[in-house]
Amino acid sequence: MPHVLLGLLATGDKHGYELKRAHDERLPQARPLAFGQVYATLNRLQRDGLVVPTGQERDGGPERTTYALTDDGRVALDRWLTEVEPPFPYVASTLLAKVAVALLVADVDRARACLAAQRQAHTARLRELTALKHAPSATLDDIVAVDFAIAHLDADLRWLQTTLSRVADWHREVWHEPATGS
Amino acid sequence: MSQLRALDLVRSYGRTPALRGVTLDVDEGEILAVTGPSGCGKSTLLHCLAGILRPDAGQVLWRGERLDTWSEAARSKLRRTEFGVLFQFGQLVAELTAAENVALPLLLAGTGRREARETAVTWLHRFGVAELADVRPGEMSGGQQQRCATARALVTSPRVLFADEPTGALDSLTGEEVLTTLVRVAREQRTSIVLVTHEPRIAAYADREVTLRDGTVDHTGLGLDAPLIGGDR
Ligand SMILES: Nc1ncnc2c1ncn2[C@@H]1O[C@H](COP(=O)(O)OP(=O)(O)O)[C@@H](O)[C@H]1O
Ligand SMILES: [Mg+2]
Repeated sequence: MPHVLLGLLATGDKHGYELKRAHDERLPQARPLAFGQVYATLNRLQRDGLVVPTGQERDGGPERTTYALTDDGRVALDRWLTEVEPPFPYVASTLLAKVAVALLVADVDRARACLAAQRQAHTARLRELTALKHAPSATLDDIVAVDFAIAHLDADLRWLQTTLSRVADWHREVWHEPATGS
Repeated sequence: MSQLRALDLVRSYGRTPALRGVTLDVDEGEILAVTGPSGCGKSTLLHCLAGILRPDAGQVLWRGERLDTWSEAARSKLRRTEFGVLFQFGQLVAELTAAENVALPLLLAGTGRREARETAVTWLHRFGVAELADVRPGEMSGGQQQRCATARALVTSPRVLFADEPTGALDSLTGEEVLTTLVRVAREQRTSIVLVTHEPRIAAYADREVTLRDGTVDHTGLGLDAPLIGGDR
């Protein structure tokens, strides 16, 4: 988030409200920014010397402080853009944890029900996003953002499907039961 | 209204069971995704529904009639008129140009040569490949070939299109473009689609999804009937 604000300021000085608006416009599928969040982040960025207040603006409404990117801010932004994001190092999924626990405390059917219910929820969301993406009003901002969500849901669904096929074997392994029928 | 219905379909290849009692309906204008892991019987089901394969037991009902008991000639006529079929790849006639390929079903149905060509070119245009009208498949990319094949499958305005992994051989962006046009055209002319796919992303274009597992319908995870793109249901 701080770097996104730096990026938005790189296109011109802005006050808090303009920053929020620009953020929500560029990242339409992200959670909309709260004002409190914007101001708290701007304070931190100012403390670190990455942005400076350039003036007060008041046109009828309340007084608003406009901010500009500093040279240090530009360097920090550039460094962030150059850094490659590390792929997630841990498998940290509540869903995975839930299924693993279901296998421990309940039975195969419970774990399977858990996966199937999740699969239904994911499929419903995937359909919603697919419809959203193909709506006549969708801009490329929307499409690129929705594509990201679709790719992740698609991956989750593949995992859910594969795991549904593995649940029985997995349960046997967890409980050290001998395999049947082989 | 259910216009196509499978009732308790059973089909084996030698000792290998492929379908072990599948019942499902395809409504008029509906896009139905058939999903499930590889080998679960999707293609066999599609071939039985399209009248290409005969089931060992069970019935295929087309507008209430026992399609599976029809003669090969009658079924093949149905496939030229009311049904369209689209596979993953390799279905264009190599010796014919794109326009000739797309015109083929019309010529077989008795349309005149000139009219067939004009209609074919209109369809190529819809799929964004009008400039390939006089090009043979060998000189086209996979995506271009699949656009032509899709145009050919729809040129007779069939009542049902059977599509078996139609985007399976394409990269995701090309696949999406082909599928989007396919779905839009199907909605416009109220063609039903039986869309076989193992990809959740692709199934998400359908109105409804039926999952197969080991030759039977898997009922865990059903109940998804949300209207989708361009859907008015
Ligand atoms: N022509 C064939 N000869 C023998 N076995 C076949 C043939 N076609 C399919 N099968 C078998 O039938 C089962 C179902 O296959 P298929 O309908 O192609 O499934 P899917 O399309 O879901 O991958 C599989 O076990 C497959 O190996
Ligand atoms: Mg298949």
